Amino acid sequence: MNVSWMIAYQTIVKKEFVRFARIWIQTILPSVITIFLYITIFGNFIGDRIGNIKNFSYVDYIIPGLILMPIITNSYMNVVGSFYSSRFQKSCEELLVAPVPNWVILLGYISGGVLRAFVVSIAVYFVTTLFTKMPIHNIYFVILITFLTAFLFSTAGFINAAYAKSFDDINIVPTFILAPLTYLGGTFYSIDALPQIWQDISLVNPIAYIVSSYRYAFLGLEETNILLAVLIIVTFIIILFIIALIILAKGIGIKN
Amino acid sequence: MKNAVDIVKLNKIYRNGFRALENINLSIKKGDFFAFLGPNGAGKSTVIGIMSSLVRITSGKVSVFGKDIQDNPDFAKRNIGLVPQEYNLNQFIPIQEIMINVAGYFGINKHDAKYRASKLFHQLGIWEKRFDTPRELSGGMKRRLMIARALIHKPKILILDEPTAGVDTELRLTMWDFFQEINNNGVTIILTTHYLEEAERLCKNLAIIHKGSIIQNSSMDEVYNLRKEHTYIIKTANIINQKLNISEFSHKLIDAHTIEVTVDNNISITQIIEKLKYLDVNVMNIISKRNRLEELFMELTKEEPIT
Ligand SMILES: Nc1ncnc2c1ncn2[C@@H]1O[C@H](COP(=O)(O)OP(=O)(O)OP(=O)(O)O)[C@@H](O)[C@H]1O
Ligand SMILES: [Mg+2]
Repeated sequence: MNVSWMIAYQTIVKKEFVRFARIWIQTILPSVITIFLYITIFGNFIGDRIGNIKNFSYVDYIIPGLILMPIITNSYMNVVGSFYSSRFQKSCEELLVAPVPNWVILLGYISGGVLRAFVVSIAVYFVTTLFTKMPIHNIYFVILITFLTAFLFSTAGFINAAYAKSFDDINIVPTFILAPLTYLGGTFYSIDALPQIWQDISLVNPIAYIVSSYRYAFLGLEETNILLAVLIIVTFIIILFIIALIILAKGIGIKN
Repeated sequence: MKNAVDIVKLNKIYRNGFRALENINLSIKKGDFFAFLGPNGAGKSTVIGIMSSLVRITSGKVSVFGKDIQDNPDFAKRNIGLVPQEYNLNQFIPIQEIMINVAGYFGINKHDAKYRASKLFHQLGIWEKRFDTPRELSGGMKRRLMIARALIHKPKILILDEPTAGVDTELRLTMWDFFQEINNNGVTIILTTHYLEEAERLCKNLAIIHKGSIIQNSSMDEVYNLRKEHTYIIKTANIINQKLNISEFSHKLIDAHTIEVTVDNNISITQIIEKLKYLDVNVMNIISKRNRLEELFMELTKEEPIT
């Protein structure tokens, strides 16, 4: 990276950070409130009746997944929202007329999404500590999975933004794809307790791998092959990143 | 000396299949103040979009200071500053921050960016608004902001796509001075406008594009010499109520104090006045009916009657 690109990259990231920080009531607060509700309802009211899963209290068992959900939605929504609105206002032209390589633009937007995911996940984690003193099995692994997950869904958000034709289009994927995959990804239950058919379906759900590796990072509970899970996430990142670069090179959604 | 811009056999077909440019050839000299004219929908913004990397080339070649913009996009981008026709401002960012961000995209650090922004904001009279967002600016202020933004990286070519649209007379005059000063400092300016007197006043050379093809490319002086005749509107002191007896040029009476005369280019205004004086007509005031550029423009771009 030469100096000029470095400055360009920092500028994009800073702009992205300022954007979501300025509207924190829309970007940070909802996830904090949601996790509060989830833990209160599922963790306390319902969790007490469920009892332990694999030697962990129900609330501890679901917390990794509960932290993962806002990481997924926030990274995705940050990039899709920011990039689409810059297309909508045409202010993305500021970047297109400047000597910024496509990969720097892409990395800048993704970094914005990753940054928001970290801010939100830290906030959300602190909420969980009000309810339970859950151990962290491997903090580095927590950071790694947080980073990879945020990177993946930020990239996906970028692709969505390039194809979106209206503000409605940016909610389709989160509502119809991400939410179901997350709920079916084993956040609230252990996948190996499911009937075989649902276990098979979960095998092709990338979010299921992420949830279980995150659960491993927090609880040390090995539900899948962790290395395989990381490999799958990285593979998805590489594929989506290349797709996003092709989109930028072809100018889809941004150049006539 | 290399040209600022060379366009060779440029074609553009939009994604929907619309052919916007057809084999355009155009050269713009370094240091020129170049008028790029044409009726609505002629293809001006398309050409400008291509020069500034916002629109993809279908075929053909565009070079900036001798370097192909597709092979050296960064070189072209560093040399070009664009003021687009339509507002493309982020509505939520304070305008000083917009300037710093755009400077950052060009690799300019914040300290220098702030300094340059403040200088440009002062020059363009929007310094007081630096903490406001574009939403809080008037149309004319937004135009000035876009001009400031286009200059933040000190480009050698400034492209102005209708910069004075919706700008009041006073501001327009200050903008003209501003552009003139930039041009005097060696910046090549490409100006698109529908105010032909603006082009006439500022530009040295011009091209007229019509339906995606260049139909005129010459110096402003040539335009003056191109047309054989010119029409003047003359206000007279005395009342004229019948046709005058003139053989040197044709004329018609508009009202009792107004005559319209059409003369050959080689007849001077003095000759017209003297001739009228000889006929006991006292000239109060004489103006061109249309300016010459306007006459040429109308002639070249007039629609063929449907047969
Ligand atoms: N994105 C696009 N897709 C399809 N056609 C387009 C697109 N942009 C412009 N055109 C068409 O290309 C032609 C030239 O448009 P352009 O904007 O270059 O005109 P212009 O000379 O700048 O006009 P104006 O003076 O009105 O700004 C028009 O017929 C327009 O409809
Ligand atoms: Mg235009």
